[in-house]
Amino acid sequence: MELKHESNSQATRGRHVEILTGNHAASHAARMARVDVVSAYPITPQSPVVEKISEFIASGEMSARMIRVESEQSAMASCISASITGARVFTATSANGLAYMNEQLAWAAGTRLPLVMCVVTRALAAPWSVWTDHQDAISQRDTGWMQVFCEDNQEIYDTVLEAYKVAENDNIFLPIMVCFDGYILSHTTMPVELLSQNEVDTFLPSFNSHLKLHEKIDEPVGVNPVTLPDPREGFPGYMEFRYRLQKTIEKAIDVFEDIERDFASLSGRNHGGVVRGYKMEDADIAIVGMGSASSQAKKAIPHLREQGIKAGVLTIRLFRPFPKARIREALKNVKQVVVFDRDVAYGLEGAISAELKSALYNRKHQPHVQGFIVGLGGRDFKTEHVIHGTKMAMEYAEKNEVPDETKWLGVDK
Amino acid sequence: MVDYKDPKSTIAAVQVPSEGEAGKTGSWRSFKPVFNPEKCILIKSEKARCHICWMFCPEVAITKSRPPTINLDYCKGCGICSTECPHGAITMKKE
Repeated sequence: MELKHESNSQATRGRHVEILTGNHAASHAARMARVDVVSAYPITPQSPVVEKISEFIASGEMSARMIRVESEQSAMASCISASITGARVFTATSANGLAYMNEQLAWAAGTRLPLVMCVVTRALAAPWSVWTDHQDAISQRDTGWMQVFCEDNQEIYDTVLEAYKVAENDNIFLPIMVCFDGYILSHTTMPVELLSQNEVDTFLPSFNSHLKLHEKIDEPVGVNPVTLPDPREGFPGYMEFRYRLQKTIEKAIDVFEDIERDFASLSGRNHGGVVRGYKMEDADIAIVGMGSASSQAKKAIPHLREQGIKAGVLTIRLFRPFPKARIREALKNVKQVVVFDRDVAYGLEGAISAELKSALYNRKHQPHVQGFIVGLGGRDFKTEHVIHGTKMAMEYAEKNEVPDETKWLGVDK
Repeated sequence: MVDYKDPKSTIAAVQVPSEGEAGKTGSWRSFKPVFNPEKCILIKSEKARCHICWMFCPEVAITKSRPPTINLDYCKGCGICSTECPHGAITMKKE
């Protein structure tokens, strides 16, 4: 990780570097974003995010209201209610806790509430596992939430701040998940540069809700009444609302990139926007992954290059909305794509692999794409898996084969 | 900024409650709310503020007046007003 300090000391006054876990980097971001309401239910490996926030509240460093609840479903319901009144809201969860929120996630997106939720990724039971993979977050991809995946603790801190800015944008108003790998980031310490409170306040002014029910106490309204199949007396039907949601989330790619540019000029750190290339300039082969899968792929690049294989890594940072055009642009010069999924769209294949193919289909340039399932339930995803998978994929491409069955690496078959 | 009253720009389904959204729902009722003015704090004290029944009525069948009145054309008889009234001023009687 690179920390670029601005030469101008005025600009960086009040900044400082702390040694933080990924979880605590998220807590600090929520504190500095001046979140009004936090509601969450403990679950490993997320719990320290909210525990730290409760310490901030207890010590007076943060003036948020903490709502303690009996389940994740209630946590999300409380977040929704608080956000409807115009509060800036934060929560965090993992795995089965996220799954338990599923129904409320759809309400949050449908009500267009700019919630920010950290998803500390963990395998979904059964069987019970507390270790990382991306199945929990991937399983919620169709709820209408935006999803970003992080690769280091600095990126977690920065992304939570960016996430509020994107979610609360006047043209967006959509909830967003900031996802990062359980343990690999959540419980690992790294130096994280915190911006000054002044800088954060300038970047992230107070939240201007589209609902503002707290201002309308004498003018009650009903939120989310039964909405009929067809518009009636000018009131949109269900499909009109869903159309607006999809058209908005499509716009979020550009908005995210604009905000990333603003954030980069403020902080001196650029995380690459919606996708991030590593040694991609001259690459023939692109290795694609998210979060820890992508970090591991980078470790393999020197070894592959030593063997004469010109590979680079394309990290997908924004998974929802899926940045199809940016991915095509990044892959325009490669002959081959190797995807490592720490998830399975059961009955199909790895989710990233499937979506990447759909982004390339019906286009002129169609590199060979081979996906691998790796690192489920905290199984180590190793450099040797990256090298082995890349070589397997090269053989398939050589023979012009596209196997229908999924390929798994690092599993006792 | 989004105006929820403007159907073209509204992004979330928000409705200003109004009478008769689902027809004359009073016919659905099997229990009728009966208002006891002697117990209602709004009648007992001119300075009192309450209108909890008005706030909770999902059918907007209760008026924000002193005393509140109940429009039986639309009251479905759900009993929420009776449950929520902190002074026990509304009782549910079988029709």
